[in-house]
Amino acid sequence: MTEISTQGQKPTHGQDLDILECPHCHHVMKLTAELKNTHHHLICSRCGLKVGHSRRHALQRTTAFLIAAFVLLFPANIFPIMRLVSFGEETRETIFSGVLTLIASGQYGIAVIVFIASIFVPIFKILCLGFLVLSVHLDIQWRPVVRTKLYRFVEFIGRWSMIDIFMISVLIALVKLKALATVEAGIGALAFAAVIILTMFAANSFDPKLIWDKRGQSS
Amino acid sequence: MDNSGVHPDKAPDNQYIRICSECDLVHHHVPVARGQTAYCKRCGKTLYRGHSYALERSLAFAVCGLAFFAVANVAPLLIFSMQGNSNANLLIDGGLEFLKTDYWFLGLLVLFASVIAPFLLLCVIILMVAPVLMGRAPVVSGALFRAYARLRPWAMGEIFIIGIIVAYVKLSDFADVFVGTALFGFMGMVISSVLALLYLDPRELWLRIEANRS
Repeated sequence: MTEISTQGQKPTHGQDLDILECPHCHHVMKLTAELKNTHHHLICSRCGLKVGHSRRHALQRTTAFLIAAFVLLFPANIFPIMRLVSFGEETRETIFSGVLTLIASGQYGIAVIVFIASIFVPIFKILCLGFLVLSVHLDIQWRPVVRTKLYRFVEFIGRWSMIDIFMISVLIALVKLKALATVEAGIGALAFAAVIILTMFAANSFDPKLIWDKRGQSS
Repeated sequence: MDNSGVHPDKAPDNQYIRICSECDLVHHHVPVARGQTAYCKRCGKTLYRGHSYALERSLAFAVCGLAFFAVANVAPLLIFSMQGNSNANLLIDGGLEFLKTDYWFLGLLVLFASVIAPFLLLCVIILMVAPVLMGRAPVVSGALFRAYARLRPWAMGEIFIIGIIVAYVKLSDFADVFVGTALFGFMGMVISSVLALLYLDPRELWLRIEANRS
């Protein structure tokens, strides 16, 4: 049996020491009084990139991007993302019908990938970030490690929703045999791309350190 | 690895302090052996990896990626054939054809994310890392680094590959589709880029820039 030596010691945060690390070049710098009082973003003294927003500001930005993304989720899923004209016959395909077509033709593996990337991920991402924003706002202390990991996962997976947009671009370039078959993009694709970009911005502007803040020291 | 618990009273030597970017826990920078990774003690975030010759490797893979990029651009990507008519597309055609439609904004996005950003990222890595390895620290290093950090989230080559595969599967339902050489060239480029980014350690890069400057 060994004694637990770190028990009495509170874990040290960058915030306690007034130091912060640039997420880009990993330069560790002292947070001076003038830097601290600015309500806008901080600039790294070594590489010149944005180090982060003031924490409350970050939460507002995330919320704004999330609301915009949520609203656009509806047109993205309702309107067709592409129109395929083959032998004079027109097929309009939405995100969901694209998955159904893949299932109907027996391509289950690809169908699962498209379903996860295009339907599951955007909804899951908005719900998760919404939950994270709420949990910080309401100062819920529930499992910070789990919430941090959730954020990391959401941030990693968001880009993969672009699969459908890239698929449409390949189809447009390839299927342009005037009389036989053509493919055009639909308004749904525009909304869908906007959802992806907005959720990328939302994830990017959320600061996971907020999860670890306690009420009173997080202003 | 117990390197957390830096005490506030001890004045930290900033170069040997690492702060978790996700939970703000302060760690000592302890060098790790090659092939090992340092994780945040509390939330498990990857803090840094141990590599030998990391910047050299990054440069080598970036050059390799550019060679693959050349292959990816000259050969056809997919060849589509239907009722005796056939059509082949190049890597950049996806974005270019999209630009001609009403949804030109999407075309811009596709062109940038699939081809321009991955290509620029490799160029920036080479221009940024090569002078540092030669013992120089040009004034543009900072600007190149900022370009690298801003481009990185928009380089979506790996996602574009999956998009191509989905398009291929969808089309093979009602027409004959053949895979061109460019797809393999592009896959090579993406794999090289991933490795170049994996080995590019920004902390080491900046320590060497600062050492070269003094």
